[in-house]
Amino acid sequence: MPETVAVVVNGKRVAVPAGATVAVAIAVAGEFCRKSVTGEPRTALCGMGICFECRAIVNGRPHCRSCQIVCQPGMDVRTDE
Amino acid sequence: MSSAGYDVIIVGAGIVGAACADECARAGLKTLVVDREGVGGGATAAGMGHIVVMDDSEAQFALTRYSQQLWQSLRSGLPRDVEYEQCGTIWVAADDEEMGEVERKRSYYQSRGVRVEVLAAGELERLEPNLRKGLAGGLLVLEDGVLYPPCAARFLMQRAKEAGAEFRLGSSVTELRQGRVVLEDGTQFHADRLVNAAGAWAGALTPGVDVKKRKGHLVITDRYPGFVRHQLVELGYLKSAHSVATDSVAFNVQPRQTGQVLIGSSRQYGAEEKAVDSEILARMMRRASEYMPALAQTSVIRTWTGFRAATPDKLPLIGPWRSDPTVFLATGHEGLGITTSLATARLLVDQIMGRRSEISAEPYLPSRPVSEQVHA
Amino acid sequence: MSKDAQFDVLVIGGGPAGLAAAVMAAECGRRVGIVEDNAALGGQIWRGEAQTAGSAAQNWAERMNAAGVELRCSTRVFHQPQAGALLCETPGGVCELQYSQLVIATGARERFLPFPGWTLPNVMGAGGLQAMVKSGLAIAGKRVVVAGSGPLLIAVAAYLRQHGAVVPFVCEQASWSSLARFGLSLLGQSGKLAEALRFRRQLQGVQFAAGSWVVEAKGKDVLEEVVISRGGKRQNIACDYLACGFHLAPNVELAAFLGCNININDGCVLVDDLQRTSVRGVFCAGEPTGIGGLELSLVEGKIAGFAAAAREVPRPLFAERSRMRRFAHRLNVAFALRPELKKLAQPETIVCRCEDVTCGRLSQHTTWREAKLHSRCGMGPCQGRICGPAAEFLFGWKPDSVRPPIFPVAFESLARISEAQHEPVGPV
Repeated sequence: MPETVAVVVNGKRVAVPAGATVAVAIAVAGEFCRKSVTGEPRTALCGMGICFECRAIVNGRPHCRSCQIVCQPGMDVRTDE
Repeated sequence: MSSAGYDVIIVGAGIVGAACADECARAGLKTLVVDREGVGGGATAAGMGHIVVMDDSEAQFALTRYSQQLWQSLRSGLPRDVEYEQCGTIWVAADDEEMGEVERKRSYYQSRGVRVEVLAAGELERLEPNLRKGLAGGLLVLEDGVLYPPCAARFLMQRAKEAGAEFRLGSSVTELRQGRVVLEDGTQFHADRLVNAAGAWAGALTPGVDVKKRKGHLVITDRYPGFVRHQLVELGYLKSAHSVATDSVAFNVQPRQTGQVLIGSSRQYGAEEKAVDSEILARMMRRASEYMPALAQTSVIRTWTGFRAATPDKLPLIGPWRSDPTVFLATGHEGLGITTSLATARLLVDQIMGRRSEISAEPYLPSRPVSEQVHA
Repeated sequence: MSKDAQFDVLVIGGGPAGLAAAVMAAECGRRVGIVEDNAALGGQIWRGEAQTAGSAAQNWAERMNAAGVELRCSTRVFHQPQAGALLCETPGGVCELQYSQLVIATGARERFLPFPGWTLPNVMGAGGLQAMVKSGLAIAGKRVVVAGSGPLLIAVAAYLRQHGAVVPFVCEQASWSSLARFGLSLLGQSGKLAEALRFRRQLQGVQFAAGSWVVEAKGKDVLEEVVISRGGKRQNIACDYLACGFHLAPNVELAAFLGCNININDGCVLVDDLQRTSVRGVFCAGEPTGIGGLELSLVEGKIAGFAAAAREVPRPLFAERSRMRRFAHRLNVAFALRPELKKLAQPETIVCRCEDVTCGRLSQHTTWREAKLHSRCGMGPCQGRICGPAAEFLFGWKPDSVRPPIFPVAFESLARISEAQHEPVGPV
C-alpha cells in the first residue's frame, strides 16, 4: 500500500500519495491555486516551476510555487487572498 | 510661425517632454515631439513615480507644491493605468534627533498650507506595521501621492496628440540648435523654439548644459497587498540626496497599486554603466531591511537602474539657453521629474508665450548664477 | 546557511546534458558539482527516472555517484557576484559556488501560445501535465486532449494512457506532409524508429490528427471541452484536461546573463566545436544551444565534460553530434509553427498571465521593451519566460537583457549579492 501524506488545504484535510506536490494536494482538494490580477481562477500550467501560476500560501508564506514543494505531514496551504 | 516648420520642437518624450508637449499643443503651438525611443523612456521608465512636496529650499518647495497641485487637479481625468494614488508620504524618524527634524518640517509645511500630521511612535506603528519596532515616529504629508510614470507620460502625450502635436519617435537627434533639429537619418525640422527635455542626455545634445547622470537602483517585489500603505522615506534621505561626492543609499519604499513593493533608493556619481552594481544594490537592500525587516521574506522579481539628470544646485533648468536664443531647456530634474513635470511645462510655455507664471521662474532659469549648496 | 564550495567544473542543470558533462569531467579526475533547481535529478525528460531501475537516467545517476560528483538539488542560481562564482538560493539560505570551468546545461521549457480559454484551470503544458502526474496527480479515467506540436506530444499521450487516462485526440499542428518527410528520415535512425513504433502500440485507439490545433478551450471556472480545428472543420471534444505545448524554448537566461553570445535568429547560445561559449571558461550543452532532444543533449554534454576537464574529446563523439544535429534540424523543420497559430489569440485573449495583459493591448506597441513598460507584460514573476516566446511568435519581438535576479528570489537572498564571505555553516 503506498504511503499517504495529509495536508490542510483551505482548512480542509486532504490526503495525497507520499511524494506528491502541494499543487496536487490543491487539485485533490478541488481548489484553484490562485486568482489572477483580474480575478480569473488559475492552476499550474508548466509543472516545472517557471510559470508561477501555481503560487499558493504554504505555512503562511505567500507566493510559493506549489508544484515545486513536496507535501509534508500537516503542511498548511491556503489559496484564498 | 514659419510655414515649413513648427512653433516648437520638443526633444525628449519622457514625463517632462510629455508634459511640455501637452502644454504647448493645448496652448495652440504647432508642436513636434522627437525621441530616440518611444514615450516614457529614460528616467521616466526607471523611477519611482513619487509626487512629493519638498522643503529643502524655497525654490524647491514652490515648484513641487505648484506641480503637486496641478497633479491633483488632473487626477480625476487620469486613466486607470496611470495608477494615481494619493497615499501620502511618511518621513520616518529613527530617533529623537530626527523627530526634531519632523517638528521643523511640520512647522515649515503648515505655515505654507501643506496638510501634515506628526506621528508619534505608536501611530507610526499602527499606520505601517511592517516598519521595525523602536522608530521614533514621523511626519505624514497627506497630499503626496504616487503614480506609474510611463503611463502618465503616455496619457499626456495622447492629450498632446489630440491637440494636434506630431511625433517622430524612434529617431536619435544629432543636432539641436538655431531653430533646427537634425535626426540621425539626416531629416531636418525647423522651429522657432527648440526644447531640450532630454534628461540625463541633455548635456550631450546642448554642449555646456551642466547636467550630470546620477545613477539609481530599484527593486520590485511580487504582490503583497497592504504590506506598505504610504510612500516611506527615511529622514536621512535628504542627507543622501544632498551629498555631492559620495555614493549613497537611503531607505525609500513605495506601494504600487498592484500590491507590489518598490524599493529604493541609491545615488551614484560618475557611474555611466547601465548594469546593476551589486555592491550598491546590496547596500540599498540592507538599508531597506533595517527599516522594514519583513521585506526579508518577500519575493523579488526584478531589479533595474536609471539615470537621473542632476544639476549642481539641485534645481532644474527651465527657460532659455544662454548660448542660443532658439533653445529652451526643460531638464535637470534629478529625483523630482515626475512631481515637477507639470509645473515645468507651465513655466516653459509661460516663457514661450510671454505669460505671467503662477510662481517665479527665476530660480530655475538656466541663466541663474550657479552655486553648489552645501549641507552639513 | 548553506555551504560554499569550490569546483574544477560546475555544471548547472541535472538533466541529460548536465549529467553527461558532470560524469565525463569527474571520470577525468576533476572535482565536479551539479546544481539542480528541482528537488531531484533528471531535469524534465528524465523527471522521476533516476529512481527507475534499469533506466538510462539511473545508469547515469549511478555513474555520477561513483565518480564522486557533488549533487546540489533544490539549488537555484540567481546571480554572479564575480567571474568564477555563482550565488544560489537553497532552502537553507544562500551559498556561493566557485568554479574554474562552468557548464551551462539549463535545458528547455515548453513554448506556450495563447488561444481563447488557455488560462482556464486544467489547461496545462503537455510536459506540464506529465510533470504533474509524475508529481502525484491522479489521471486514471480522466479524459485528456493532447495538442500543440512536437515529439513530446506523442510521448506524453503514451505516458498518460499508461497511467489510465483516456486520450481521445492528439492534435499536432504540423501537416501530414511535414510529418511524413520527418518520418521517412527516421528510417535512418533505428533507435528512433523503434521508439516511434513502441509509441504506436501504446497509442492504439487514440486519434492522431495532423494539421490540427485547439481553437478554444471552454468551461465555466474549469476546463470542460475544447474546440479543435481539423481539416478546416471545427469539432468539440469534452475533456477534463488539455495538455497543450508548442515544442520547446531554450533556457538561455543564465548564459545571456553571463554574457554569452546568443544567436539572434534562433535565440540559442552560440558554441564552438568543444561546446565553448563566447565567455572564457563557460561551456554550454544541450537544449540551450539548439533544441535537439535527448541524444543530442547527451553527446553535447559528454563533449562539454571532456573539454571542461581539458581532456581530448573522443573523436566518435563529434560524428555522433553531427548526426544528432542533422536529426534535430529535420525535427525542428518538421514541427515548425504554422502562421495560422498567430491568429488564434483574439484581442481579449490574455498573453501575459502574470499581469493579465491581453493580445489587443499588446498589439498597440512596436517593441518588447515598450510593451513591457506600458502594459507590464513580462514584468511578472515568470520574468517573461511564458509570455516572451509567445510575444516573439505573435509580434516578432526579441527579448531584453537579463538582470539580477535571474529568477525570483527572497529579498534577503538578493541582499547578499555583495558580501566578502558567507558563513560556511553546516552541510547542505
